[in-house]
Amino acid sequence: MVQALILTGFGINCEEEFAAAYRLAGAEATIVHLNQVLLGHVSIHDYDILNFPGGFSFGDDLGSGVVLANKLRYRQTPSGRTLLDDIKEFIANGKFVMGICNGFQVLVKLGLLPNLSGNVTPEVTLTHNASGRYEDRWVRLKVNPNAHTPFLKGIDTMEVPVRHGEGRLVISGADTLAHIQDKALNCLTYIGYDDSPTDVYPHNPNGADLNCAGLTDPTGQVFGLMPHPEAFLSLYNHPDWARRKRLNRGISEEGDGLKLFRNIVEHVQGQRAEAVPQEASQFSS
Amino acid sequence: MENILRSIQLLLKPGVHDGEGQRVAEAARRHLGLRTGRVQSTAVYSVRYPVTDQQLHDFATRCLQDPVLHDVALDELRHEPAFKSYILVAKLPGVTDDEGISAQNALGDFLNQPLDTHTQHIFSKRLYFLEQELPESSLRRLAEELLGNKLINRFEVGPISQIRDYTPRPGGGAESITNLVSLTGLSDEALVQLSKDNLYALNLEEMQAVRAYYASPETQQERQAAGLPTDPTDCELEIVAQTWSEHCKHKEFSAVIKYKDLGTGEEKEIDSLFKTYIKNATAEVDRQLRANGNDWLIKVFSDNAGAVRINPESLFVWKVETHNSPSAIDPYGGAITGILGNNRDPLATGIGGAQLLFNTNVLCFGNPEFNGTLLTNQLHPRRIFEGVRKGIEDGGNKSGIPTVNGAIVFDDRYAGKPLVYCGTGAVMPMQLAGLDSWEKKIDAEDRIIMAGGRVGKDGIHGATFSSIELDETSPATAVQIGSPITQKLAMDFLMIATRRGLIKCSTDNGAGGLSSSIGELATISSGAVVELEKVPLKYPGLRPWEIFVSESQERFSLAVEPSKLEELLALGREMEVELTDIGYFTADGFLDVRFDGAPVAHLNMEFLHDGVPRKTLEAEWQAPQAQEPQLATDLDYTDVLTRLLGSLNICSRESVIRQYDHEVKGRTIIKPLMGATGQAPQDAAVVRFNFESWEGVAVSNGILPRFGDLDAYHMSAGAFDEAVRQIISVGGKLPNLAPGDNIFWSVNDNFCVPDSVYDPTGNPDGKQKLAKLVRMCEALRDATAAYCIPLTSGKDSMKNDFKADGVKISVPPTVLYSMTAKIEDVRHTITSDFKQADDVVYLLGETYDELGGSEFYQLFGELGANVPQVRFEQAKELYTLIGQANDQALIQSCHDLSDGGLAVALAEATFGYGFGAEVELKGELSLAAQLFSESHSRFVVTVAPEDVVAFEQHFGTRATRLGVVTTDGQLTVKHAGQTVISAATADLRYTWSNGPVNQVIGLGHDALRNTNESSTGGLG
Repeated sequence: MVQALILTGFGINCEEEFAAAYRLAGAEATIVHLNQVLLGHVSIHDYDILNFPGGFSFGDDLGSGVVLANKLRYRQTPSGRTLLDDIKEFIANGKFVMGICNGFQVLVKLGLLPNLSGNVTPEVTLTHNASGRYEDRWVRLKVNPNAHTPFLKGIDTMEVPVRHGEGRLVISGADTLAHIQDKALNCLTYIGYDDSPTDVYPHNPNGADLNCAGLTDPTGQVFGLMPHPEAFLSLYNHPDWARRKRLNRGISEEGDGLKLFRNIVEHVQGQRAEAVPQEASQFSS
Repeated sequence: MENILRSIQLLLKPGVHDGEGQRVAEAARRHLGLRTGRVQSTAVYSVRYPVTDQQLHDFATRCLQDPVLHDVALDELRHEPAFKSYILVAKLPGVTDDEGISAQNALGDFLNQPLDTHTQHIFSKRLYFLEQELPESSLRRLAEELLGNKLINRFEVGPISQIRDYTPRPGGGAESITNLVSLTGLSDEALVQLSKDNLYALNLEEMQAVRAYYASPETQQERQAAGLPTDPTDCELEIVAQTWSEHCKHKEFSAVIKYKDLGTGEEKEIDSLFKTYIKNATAEVDRQLRANGNDWLIKVFSDNAGAVRINPESLFVWKVETHNSPSAIDPYGGAITGILGNNRDPLATGIGGAQLLFNTNVLCFGNPEFNGTLLTNQLHPRRIFEGVRKGIEDGGNKSGIPTVNGAIVFDDRYAGKPLVYCGTGAVMPMQLAGLDSWEKKIDAEDRIIMAGGRVGKDGIHGATFSSIELDETSPATAVQIGSPITQKLAMDFLMIATRRGLIKCSTDNGAGGLSSSIGELATISSGAVVELEKVPLKYPGLRPWEIFVSESQERFSLAVEPSKLEELLALGREMEVELTDIGYFTADGFLDVRFDGAPVAHLNMEFLHDGVPRKTLEAEWQAPQAQEPQLATDLDYTDVLTRLLGSLNICSRESVIRQYDHEVKGRTIIKPLMGATGQAPQDAAVVRFNFESWEGVAVSNGILPRFGDLDAYHMSAGAFDEAVRQIISVGGKLPNLAPGDNIFWSVNDNFCVPDSVYDPTGNPDGKQKLAKLVRMCEALRDATAAYCIPLTSGKDSMKNDFKADGVKISVPPTVLYSMTAKIEDVRHTITSDFKQADDVVYLLGETYDELGGSEFYQLFGELGANVPQVRFEQAKELYTLIGQANDQALIQSCHDLSDGGLAVALAEATFGYGFGAEVELKGELSLAAQLFSESHSRFVVTVAPEDVVAFEQHFGTRATRLGVVTTDGQLTVKHAGQTVISAATADLRYTWSNGPVNQVIGLGHDALRNTNESSTGGLG
């Protein structure tokens, strides 16, 4: 079974729906307090996908995600390594990292996204929404057709809620901006009713540069986004579910967000199938 | 190395938008008329921890600085030459500083040192620079009104050449002084004065009872044996005052009331409102439920929250409380501690560790556009509104609990004391480590563990302070600030510890602090020994009595078996929750408090909990003189409807709702606003319990203070019905309709009334006010009996008056009914918005000539006389029919009728998608009554054309066909061959969305125009 590790503690608060998403997608999800990992009781290497959920880690007091990113970078486990050391190794092993909302902020502040340089240093930032306020509202996203990450395979557009006060992606420097676009790391874009990217509030809820809602690293293994796909696992999460159901009695009871989790779980399953074809054939013969 | 003070300042880089600075400049101009010029906001961290220059530099640049956004200044307060004035906003000693603590966490991680995060070493501040050279008085005013609160912040202001910094002193020990207070020989006046001076909030009779206890030979003998002097200690009197406070003891709800109806001459004596109308009424409901095989009522009125059974595996826990007085003097702090404090109630019910599912909040404010003169220390209603809203945002969002339902009621009489009702629903397994989760068991020798935050002077006297009216001298120490992050850590810890069986039971430290929590737990084992020197403090100088009654937040008291202690403490260390062993339970009948072995308090538990003298109060009812007004006969009803939609009590609350996370946890099925536009208001929230089943809970709130001006009985009955019908509207079912149907209902009652104790000079209309309370309670009893719906918990707040400058502002008698009911399958719930063109629109229920107290009359400055009345039998029959119709999926949309009546409900039902409706009214009542009467127990529903026959057959005369849903986006109402209302629903929605609430909180015009487009987008 595909193993998803979901970190919690210190104000993270979307771990349950994150775990539910993986379970509905056919994976096994384990929720673990960050200190369990930092104290060496749990190893991330026993898992396939490492997940940073949304919430308010350390209250977002120094800027969202900052204190948690700092902990990952500097706090040493009993073996003298930092969790960032382990995460780099985890990614080098071909495994996957996902961050949603506050988790995305952590990956950005840590430098795992977009990580153009490969040195894991912060290159862009996420800061206060242009509206100056926290908001919970539903938005529409378009997947960058050139993005290459298994998380978004086969998805064109999706609806999801945003729930944040610091989701405005700021990319300083034309070079960084160009590199991100060239490599199609800006994998998700806020769109209006006509499906084209928009900087118009509230369709673009925070004023993000490139109207960007999510990033991948150049490998496509690290993926983060501000909106909450794990909050749209069933039709009944959508604000207009009742009318849509009336319109179409046979409408699927699955939400748009679940697709993303199915994608990554299937991808990992596929990787495994590829990795052990000979063994499998030996058994079957 | 010496602990010298270092500083790190973060400044936004040139060219980075300074939203905060801009907002401060704008607010100063708009609200205070001050021209500041450009304002720059900067963050300052003062570090009182030994670090080298290199460490300070690296910490600042690698941990605090965002390289994209910030420049850093070390050991200096840097500013551009263009600025002329400064304002520094620091926190007073001991005030929660989450930002400082987080920075400290980061420093500990950075240095890889076990830096104790429970003692503060880093202090966060905001430093603002202003372009204009303003006098100190203006700067101070700006600081106090816009940037902080003088009760929690220290401000330094002045010309930029003379910046003064301020940093609170760090933690340390207590001041072990316990004083004696002699009561012997004091005159009645002196006793009363002593109570007033020390904020005991005890009356003469109660002070005399205390004196009598100390004078009795038995007490004297006991005290001698325990090594205490004859006179009471300061701590003992504080404990008695807290335990006997109205807040904790509900003395007025327990009093004997002599009630007289001046109209009929009828007289009666009520032996406790609580016993007669609440406890006994619920016992009768429970009897009926059980007789019918419905035994889901598990715990009522006896713990921090009520509990009902969802299914054989789990319990639903529900609690609603108020936090009015603190919100009046510090709106943000009052509201955030209100919601966090209320969260602790379900968390600490039974053994503890319930999983919090949702929050609700109902708020009552004065008009935010008030432009008169404020009384001394009265805050502007707008400021209270904004502060409370922000407090609820941070309290809920940062705890990861969705705020799914609420209401905001405006009335000028809430301008002195706002009402802030906070509710929390939670789920708890029936069994925790093999024990019944809802039971609280404690044995002698069990350890007392304090978990969570540290103790400071914050919140001292909260319990007694909330039991008296507010005036201009209200104490600063009663203010507290919440730390959602500290509580989240404690919450995560409790969840795990209870499931591992490490905690025998828990309770929260709210009003009254340790004194209240340990005092109450100790009744289970019959005694406790508390060692106060062990209690960790935020800063030095607290005396033992202060430690014991402090209401510092985010704390729980746990009872732990000695054999489990080690494992529990280890878990606390792992999860970074501070746990302190502060004593043990006993069975000797005494609350025994010590400091370093020396006695501080030694009180007989029986006296403490049962010794308060019972009050006898007088009530007199006289129906008000009221009459129906004569309004013009040629009213333009399109205009009336438009004005109603833009009125304070009806207009959209979207700007507030969207700043609350209403869907974290991914389980919210009916949110406050729904539809393709996200702007259709709903009647009740629906939340599913988990991801494995479709079972859920509907949540509603009923509150109708306006009707109380005509008759408090009908106001209370109406509020109860409003909450019931909102749940029926979304597809809930009444309880006990079938044997063993297991549809739980759980209701909290919350009474907030003005001082209702008669006093010939201080409160001359006290008897009338008390009569209103009696009538509210009578309606409550009748409603619970009629619907067979039980109360499970509740609260009363009895002194909601604000006095200053010789003026008293009293709230109107207010009751909130907060209801929850089981939903068997959330997929079958109903939302309020129209779903499809050609669906047929019906009115369910009957309209009466009941415009009294309506929003319609309010538009014309009239009250009227015909207050809406609830006809319980008819209502129950209709609600049962609706439940049956929903079983056959006959209803496509359902919206209950409330403020503004039928016309407003019809308009709101179009807001989800941009449909229109064509409606004809044929009733015999006046057109105004048909459109705007607020008669209870009614709904606007739509029915698919193919279901019309079955629907009409099912409802018979209870349904009135009104018309059809249309695609043209027009709301048309005809009457007697004339079109009486004709409006584009997009315009109606625009007016509703641009009402005063969204204007005050500031939903930008751009935002509104864009969302308005979505209606055409939706249909096109």
